[in-house]
Amino acid sequence: MDVKDLKTYFYLDDQKVARAVDDVDLTVNAGETVALVGESGSGKSITSLSIMQLINKPGKIVDGTISLLGQNLLNLSDKQMTKVRGNDVAMIFQEPMTALNPVYTIGNQISEVLRKHKKMNKKQARRRAIELLKMVGFPRAEDTFDEYPHQLSGGMRQRAMIAIAISCEPKLLIADEPTTALDVTIQAQIIDLMNEMKEKLDMALLLITHDLGVVAEYADRVLVMYGGQIVEEAPKKRLFKESKHPYTSGLMESLPSIYKEEERLGTIRGTVPPAHSFPKGCRFSSRCPHAMDQCFESNPDLIQLDHEHSVRCYLYTDE
Amino acid sequence: MATVEEKKMTQTEQESIVKVENLKKYFPIKGGILKRTIGHVKAVDGVTFDIKQGETLGIVGESGSGKSTLGRVILKLLDSTEGNIFFEDQDITKLNNKKMRPIRRDMQIVFQDPFASLNTKMSIEQLIEEPLLIQTDLSKDERKEKVNSLLKVVGLRPSDRLKYPHEFSGGQRQRISIARALAINPKFVIADEAVSALDVSIQAQVLNLMADLQEEFGLTYLFISHDLSVVKHISDRVGVMYLGRLVEIAPKKAIYEEPLHPYTQALLSSIPDTDVDREREVIKLEGDLPSPSNPPSGCAFRTRCPMAHERCAVERPELIHKGDGHYVACHLYDDEA
Ligand SMILES: Nc1ncnc2c1ncn2[C@@H]1O[C@H](COP(=O)(O)OP(=O)(O)OP(=O)(O)O)[C@@H](O)[C@H]1O
Ligand code: SF4
Ligand code: SF4
Ligand SMILES: [Mg+2]
Repeated sequence: MDVKDLKTYFYLDDQKVARAVDDVDLTVNAGETVALVGESGSGKSITSLSIMQLINKPGKIVDGTISLLGQNLLNLSDKQMTKVRGNDVAMIFQEPMTALNPVYTIGNQISEVLRKHKKMNKKQARRRAIELLKMVGFPRAEDTFDEYPHQLSGGMRQRAMIAIAISCEPKLLIADEPTTALDVTIQAQIIDLMNEMKEKLDMALLLITHDLGVVAEYADRVLVMYGGQIVEEAPKKRLFKESKHPYTSGLMESLPSIYKEEERLGTIRGTVPPAHSFPKGCRFSSRCPHAMDQCFESNPDLIQLDHEHSVRCYLYTDE
Repeated sequence: MATVEEKKMTQTEQESIVKVENLKKYFPIKGGILKRTIGHVKAVDGVTFDIKQGETLGIVGESGSGKSTLGRVILKLLDSTEGNIFFEDQDITKLNNKKMRPIRRDMQIVFQDPFASLNTKMSIEQLIEEPLLIQTDLSKDERKEKVNSLLKVVGLRPSDRLKYPHEFSGGQRQRISIARALAINPKFVIADEAVSALDVSIQAQVLNLMADLQEEFGLTYLFISHDLSVVKHISDRVGVMYLGRLVEIAPKKAIYEEPLHPYTQALLSSIPDTDVDREREVIKLEGDLPSPSNPPSGCAFRTRCPMAHERCAVERPELIHKGDGHYVACHLYDDEA
């Protein structure tokens, strides 16, 4: 998948425009896990909802292309897009309860997807659904098939969500904070499961999270988002060892670790500005410890430091 | 001025400010047409520990392990089912509301979601003034002065006085809750997931603030959180809960560097770390947390424990002292046969 120049704006009542996603480029290759990280309000979720074209009024995708296997999703009709959403792209959310239908059994919900998108008959769908439930780690899959979402724990619900998401063997799986609502021992199980499924099905995985630990552990490549824009992109190891953007570095310093002894945590002063009133110039300038005159004048471009590392900051634009 | 080392020394010799003994809190489960009690959720099931003057005791555990119930029972916001609670050597377990009033001044709590816990119709000034009105005889001017100084202490501007909670960000609202909790100079503060809803950069600001305030006012904290990294950062000692029971408690260094309990070991190994060079060996736990209404017999962890053996199903392990303030409840350690 290839996203280019994506812009998603919200047109607010008072004539204000919230530029929630502003010029985002993003590529995820088959078999790769790309993490999109940022604090709340940075535009991570709106980016993924834009890819799925689940943006509602007053929001609108105002520019860009989203190509998946060569076709631009933004040119598709609603009907075609519905097909893509089931078949080629699937999404897992933070709170599986909101995505699962409480009045249908788990098995019913998986079968439904299979019958609709894979044109299976009832019997085939049931057999495949049970296979899928086994695959995501339900030992008594036949029983689970007939259970309702509320009968499952949070971790089990997320497994069920994964079973639904992979039922049509999508090319791209978007996971938006898939483990944020789960305990750490369960989180480890779920992320391992997603990775295993990614490898089995050779999917591209876009992992959206605020948790840098999860990123360090599981991503191949990382994009850091701030104020609706990508401010740094690098392979995981390089990002954690040689982060360049002051925001990325600030985030890392403010994170306590179980392996380190820090007297005092680093902080980033202030808070994320709302999407309708970013500062003029660099969007991080209101919080940046290195801000210079030009930072308040204009917003830096995302520049390529080398073939795999880019950063949006004036500290790196001079030769 | 005492150095940090000296301070830690005196701390270990210091008196405990809070002590709980075999504390239990069972919630009845009602069922049937007659709404009879058909069982109990054993949210806190026989917990014993003490908190020393001026220290921070961290309590970690997964959701449903009973951390918040423990905090509420200690503050007597909930009645205990069994056991005793001591505050400054006084048994407060059975005290009625009237007798509790002077003691309540000394104990405060800060919750996870500052929005839910702040009355949105009150201005910041009214919010911080409220505990002063109820608990002290300060004059109007004195109260105003106190509000201003509290705002300053938590890093807000005096001009923020007249604003309302919705005009603040999550981190700022958490500062307001802290100002409110500190208004009547408590000795003991329980922070229940107080930074969990905040973004990391903001979380760091609030954690630093809490550390500064502890230093300045000699506060004692019970810091409840599911986040083991945050707890490590702020605590002197750490207790680990599983299904209503304390399975291990020890000085911070011992818990994080030499955890004894299989659950603590698994929990620590599951935390993803940002050190990309570290080769981590995750101890995978099978299955989910069992229901606290029907915990496994013997050791409650045995259904997920990689080290479980016969004895674990029949006998409940008690906390035993392994030296240097390190306590663990597990049969691997209770008889060195
Ligand atoms: N319906 C909406 N109307 C107006 N603004 C919106 C709307 N939805 C989102 N926004 C704005 O878009 C920005 C980005 O939101 P988004 O939810 O994508 O952030 P996020 O990084 O995913 O946050 P979180 O981690 O809290 O989910 C925010 O400033 C938000 O206020
Ligand atoms: S461009 Fe300027 S303000 Fe923006 S991050 Fe770089 S140094 Fe900071
Ligand atoms: S008592 Fe047994 S089951 Fe419980 S933690 Fe120890 S070894 Fe595991
Ligand atoms: Mg989000």
